[in-house]
Amino acid sequence: MIDVFYAIFDPDNLFLKHAFIMGFLSSISFGIIGTFVTTKRIGYLAGAISHCVFGGIGLALFLQVNMGLAWFDPMLGAVIAAVIAAVIVGLVSLHAKEREDTIIGTLWAVGMASGILLIDITPGYFNIASYLFGDILLISSSDLLYVACLDIFVLCLSILFFNRFFGVCFDSEFTLLRGINTSFFYLLLLILTALTIVLLVRIVGIVLVIALLTIPPAIASFHAKRLWQMMLYSCFLCIFFTWTGLGVSYSLSLSSGPTIIVLSGSAYLVLLIIHKVIKS
Amino acid sequence: MHKDNDNTIQLNNINFSYKNRNILENVDLLIEKGEFASIVGPNGGGKTTLIKLILGLLKPDKGNIRVFGKSPKKARQQVGYMPQYAHLDMDFPASVMDVVLMGRLKRSNLWFSKTDRIQAINAIDEVGMSACINKGFNELSGGQKQRILIARALCNNPDILLLDEPTANVDHQTEENLFSTLKKLNSKMTILLVSHDLGFVSKYVKSVICVNRQVVIHPTTLMNGAIIKDIYNGDLKMVRHDHRCSNKGHNHD
Repeated sequence: MIDVFYAIFDPDNLFLKHAFIMGFLSSISFGIIGTFVTTKRIGYLAGAISHCVFGGIGLALFLQVNMGLAWFDPMLGAVIAAVIAAVIVGLVSLHAKEREDTIIGTLWAVGMASGILLIDITPGYFNIASYLFGDILLISSSDLLYVACLDIFVLCLSILFFNRFFGVCFDSEFTLLRGINTSFFYLLLLILTALTIVLLVRIVGIVLVIALLTIPPAIASFHAKRLWQMMLYSCFLCIFFTWTGLGVSYSLSLSSGPTIIVLSGSAYLVLLIIHKVIKS
Repeated sequence: MHKDNDNTIQLNNINFSYKNRNILENVDLLIEKGEFASIVGPNGGGKTTLIKLILGLLKPDKGNIRVFGKSPKKARQQVGYMPQYAHLDMDFPASVMDVVLMGRLKRSNLWFSKTDRIQAINAIDEVGMSACINKGFNELSGGQKQRILIARALCNNPDILLLDEPTANVDHQTEENLFSTLKKLNSKMTILLVSHDLGFVSKYVKSVICVNRQVVIHPTTLMNGAIIKDIYNGDLKMVRHDHRCSNKGHNHD
């Protein structure tokens, strides 16, 4: 592992340094938003949003190449698609009580499929796998700036509206009775989730992003007694998993995203079993 | 006839249906100030629906509901509500204080003030849970959690307390303690609660509101087997008759 440490500070390996900084920065948003997603139990909504992101990436590539809109880069497409998906998914889960899972499942698949079709009709070669499973070589310094801005945004809103988000996640009906506009805060939470997903697509990709959003809070919940503690633990766990995963994937020449996910997933399973054994 | 300000809750000719099934039909109900009533009835008979209509969480298809002479939505600030126990995630990472402070959520304040904290501490004290104030909500037993949820409903000093099955999943002794707490609170506020165990609650409550599509309110003193059989088709424990509910007794409208 020591070679990884040297590699990070090797000027020829700027991408690796970027990846480690990215892992640190994105863990902050992931720990906070992941905790909300886990406690509110909306992991599958986050899944639908992340797959719709691929539709946005496809659309952006299509517009860039076919329509000559060079400024419409895939990240912009991803952000727009994510926010639209978050609002639709949110409204569906608020209003379509009976068919909710069917509609969410449809959005999930159609978002993904339309992305692939748009890429199909766009001339040129695109490495789809890098969007699906992440590619740390793609991380640029402007990506780091975006993630830093998102962190500040997520932190500010989470601190400002902590009590409202707490209420929406724990007991939305009661919170509504206290005069809080719970639908608004629920949608806001989903939009923050969407933005967080987009920015981590670079590291772990669309398909794997949900695991990194939910595994650290799931582990944190074994010990956390309060919501903010769960967030704090999740942030640290997320940093630990992304850094260790990046290190292992660099040393063994493996894909970074899947390494991070397999690592955190196995850690979760082992800790879950230990937790159950201790409890019983 | 009663004066308007004596009537805490008033339902006039309410109809409510869900998926083309009538849940409540032509319901008239008048709850007076200081009432302590238990809502009983078979599953799916409309007990929770009745509570949610009073809270303004559901809108009636027909009819008019007034709470303190206002619409249910406008009266919410004066109403304390404890939802069904099963409705909440019992593993949620929250301290007892975090949960009770929810009762102090306000549109105008983003964070809780010192007053909010004092009110929450008082409410926890009122339900006899001061010893658990620093514990995690998920460490508490079923009965303790119910008490904390009642404290949450109390900490905004409501004039009406609505409790949906406050004694589900608790043992008999806990239920007994819970009801003596509620009885004390009844001196300050009107209490409506949903309960399955009519035989037990009639020892404490002043009236029983029977809900099975129709709604009928009986003072506990006037309950008899025939009325209950009528509502439940006979399948229920008998009401105790060895007590009087209040000195004045009750009037039937």
